[in-house]
Amino acid sequence: MNTMLEIKELCVDFNDKNILRGVNLTIQAGEVHAIMGPNGSGKSTLVNLLAGRAGYQVTAGQVLFQGEDLLPMQPEERAKAGIFLGFQYPVEIPGISNALFMKTALNAQRRHQHLAEMEAMDFRSHTRKMAKSLGLEDGLLLRPVNVGFSGGEKKRNELFQMMILQPCLAILDEIDSGLDIDALVTVASGINALRTPQRSILMVTHYQRLLNDVVPDRVHVMMDGRIVLTGSKDLAMELEEKGYGWLAGAGQ
Amino acid sequence: MNATAPLSGLISRSYKHGFVTQIASDTLFPGLNEETIRIISTKKREPEFMLNWRLTAYRHWLSLQEPNWSSVRYEPIDYQAISYYSAPQSDKNRPHSMEEVDPELLATYAKLGIPLDERMALAGVAVDAVFDSISVITTFQEKLARQGIIFCSFSQAVRDHPELVQRYLGSVVPYMDNYFAALNAAVFSDGSFCYIPEGVRCPMELSTYFRINEARTGQFERTLIIADKNSHVSYLEGCTAPQRDTHQLHAAVVELVALEGAEIKYSTVQNWYPGDAMGRGGIYNFVTKRGDCRGDRSRISWTQVETGSAITWKYPSVILRGDDTVGRFQSVAVTRNHQQADTGTKMIHIGRNTSSVILSKGISAGHGHNAYRGLVKILAGAEEARNYSQCDSLLLSDTCSAHTYPYIEVKNPTAHVEHEASTSRISEDQLFYCRQRGLNTEESVSLIVNGFCQAVFRELPMEFAVEAKKLLEVSLEGSIG
Ligand SMILES: Nc1ncnc2c1ncn2[C@@H]1O[C@H](COP(=O)(O)OP(=O)(O)OP(=O)(O)O)[C@@H](O)[C@H]1O
Ligand SMILES: [Mg+2]
Repeated sequence: MNTMLEIKELCVDFNDKNILRGVNLTIQAGEVHAIMGPNGSGKSTLVNLLAGRAGYQVTAGQVLFQGEDLLPMQPEERAKAGIFLGFQYPVEIPGISNALFMKTALNAQRRHQHLAEMEAMDFRSHTRKMAKSLGLEDGLLLRPVNVGFSGGEKKRNELFQMMILQPCLAILDEIDSGLDIDALVTVASGINALRTPQRSILMVTHYQRLLNDVVPDRVHVMMDGRIVLTGSKDLAMELEEKGYGWLAGAGQ
Repeated sequence: MNATAPLSGLISRSYKHGFVTQIASDTLFPGLNEETIRIISTKKREPEFMLNWRLTAYRHWLSLQEPNWSSVRYEPIDYQAISYYSAPQSDKNRPHSMEEVDPELLATYAKLGIPLDERMALAGVAVDAVFDSISVITTFQEKLARQGIIFCSFSQAVRDHPELVQRYLGSVVPYMDNYFAALNAAVFSDGSFCYIPEGVRCPMELSTYFRINEARTGQFERTLIIADKNSHVSYLEGCTAPQRDTHQLHAAVVELVALEGAEIKYSTVQNWYPGDAMGRGGIYNFVTKRGDCRGDRSRISWTQVETGSAITWKYPSVILRGDDTVGRFQSVAVTRNHQQADTGTKMIHIGRNTSSVILSKGISAGHGHNAYRGLVKILAGAEEARNYSQCDSLLLSDTCSAHTYPYIEVKNPTAHVEHEASTSRISEDQLFYCRQRGLNTEESVSLIVNGFCQAVFRELPMEFAVEAKKLLEVSLEGSIG
C-alpha cells in the first residue's frame, strides 16, 4: 500500500497562539478518513495548512505528501500535485463565472500535465454530466463564483470542482454543513463515486449522518489541537450519542 | 512568506508597442505662433472659415492659464518645444487607395494588430488610421458610402463636406471650453469624421487607430461624430506610441452629436506609452470628450479602458439636452509604476425624464495614482431626472492611491440621484481560493481583477472586450511581487 499523507508530531501557531499541538495522522492511498471534534479544536487549521494557506507558523513536526516534504510547496504547486481542499466557507469571486473559473483551473492543471488546454465548448460538455449528478443547475455555472449561492449550492459547487479536478488527495471541510436531507444524499453519492483505490479522502464533519453514506476507513477525534482518539465508523455513532465531554483529557 | 507578500512589490514589464517606424517625415519646426497655425491650415488646404476659427481659438488660448485643479502633478510643459505637425513624407500627395500607402506604414499597423488591407481586416470593422498628425487611410469608405455614411479623416471632411463641419464643429466642445480644448482648436491636424444619415444603422464598427511615431511632436486630433435622427453607430478608438524617455503631449477633442432617437456608443482602449518603472517618459493624455444628446430620446454611451499614458486627464461627458435621453459612462482605469489618472465624467441633465449611469472601476498598482472625478448636474427644468453612480477602486499595492471626488448639483426636487463607492484590496481569502485550485498568484490576480472590471468589459464590442482583457493582463504583469 502506498502512503498518501503522513503527518508527524505537527505543532502549529497562529497569531502567537498554539492551535495544533502534536498531530499525528497517516492516510494510505484509497482510504477515507474522517476527522470530528468540537468547534475550535483545530480541524480547519489542519486542513488549511495542508492546502498551503499563509499565516501559520509550523513550530515542530513534519508533513509528507506521497513521501515528499509538503510544507515548502506553494499552494498552487500542491493543487497541481493533486491536493484539493473543499472549503468550509467557499469564497466569492465577483464578475467571474463559475464555468470560466473552473476552466481556468482545469487548464492550469492540464498545462502542468502537458495536456492540451480545453476550449470553452469542450469544457461545458465535459462538465455538464458532473453538474447534473450533483443537482447543480446550468445557470449556476454561468453565475459568478459563489456570489449569491445558497449555503447548500456552495457546498455542492465545491464537490463539483473536485469532480472536475480529480485530485489524488481530496480534503473536504464540512462539506455536509448546511445541506438539506436530499442534498446530503446527493453529495454523499458524489463522494462515493469519487472513491477509487488510488484516491484518498479526508473529511471533516460534525455529523455521523454523512458517515453512514460515505463509510470511512478511520474516524479521528480532534480536541485541543491533537488527535485524541482513532477508531472505526462505530466511533462516530458513539460520539453522536455521548458528545465529546467524556474524552476531555484523553490523549494527554 | 507573510500574508501580504503576494500583493506587494513591483517589477516593470516592457511595453510591446514601443517600437519606432523609420519613415521620412515632413515635420514642422518646434514652436507655436500664428505662423504655425497658418502653415498647418495651408498644408491642409483648408477653407477660410477653418483658419479663422483656429486663429480665434489661438488668441483665446493665449489668454488662458494651464489648469491646476486636477490631482495630477507634472513638470510645466514647454509649448514652444513641441512640433505641431508631422506627417509621413509619402503622404504629400495623399494616397487614395491601399496600393499608394507607404508599405512601411502598412507594416506598422499590421504589427500593431490593425491590418489595413480590407481583405485582411477584422470582420465588420472600418478603420481610420491616424499616424502622427495625419490620417493615412480610411478603410471601407466605399461600402459605407452606399448607405450614405460618411467616414473619413477630418481633413477630408473639411474639404468635401464643409457645410457639415461648419455646422457642427465646436458645437459641443467650443474652443473656449478649456485650456487644452483651445489649444486643440488652434493646432489640431487631423482625426476622424463620421456622419450617419437619418434612420441608418451603421453596419460596421467604425474605429480610429491613433499612433504617435515622431519624437518631440504632439498629437492634437479632433473627432466629430454626428448621428442623425434615429440612426445608430458604434465607434472604437485605440492608441499606442513608441517608448521614449521624454514626455509627449496628446491633447485631443472628441465631439458627439446625437439627434432625435439616435444612439452613439463610443469605446476607447487607450494604451499610450505609460513611461518606465521610474516614471521617465510616457504620454501626457489631456483629452476633452463630450457628447450632446441634442434630440429627444437619443442615447450616448462612453466606455473606456485606460491602461496607458503617464498622465490621463479626461472626463467624457454627456449633455442630456433632449427629453427622455440617456447617458452612460463606463470606465476601467489602470495606473501602475508612476502613472497618474484623473478621470471621470460629467452628466448634465437639462431635458425632462433624462437618465444617466456612471460605472467607474479604478485599479492602482505600484506607485499609481488613480482619481475618479465626476459631476452630476440636474438643472431646474430636468423633471424626473435619474442618476446612478458607482465608483469602485481596487488597490494592488501599499504605495498606490485611489480617490473619489463625486460632485452632485441638484436644482430640481424631483431628481433621484444615487451614489455608491467602494475601495477594496484583493483579499487573501480570494487569492488562496484561486491558488488552491492551481492558479499561480499572477493568474489569480488577473482573474480577480478581470472579474472586478466585468461590468465595464461587457459594454465593449466583442473583439475589443477580448483585447481589453489581454491588455489588462499585460498591464498587470509583474505588478504582483
Ligand atoms: N483568523 C483567525 N484569527 C484568530 N484565531 C483564529 C483564526 N482562525 C482560527 N482561529 C482560532 O484557531 C482555533 C482553531 O480554529 P479552527 O477553525 O481550526 O477550528 P475547527 O476545529 O475547524 O472549528 P469548527 O468546527 O468550528 O469549524 C480556534 O480557537 C479559532 O478561534
Ligand atoms: Mg472548521
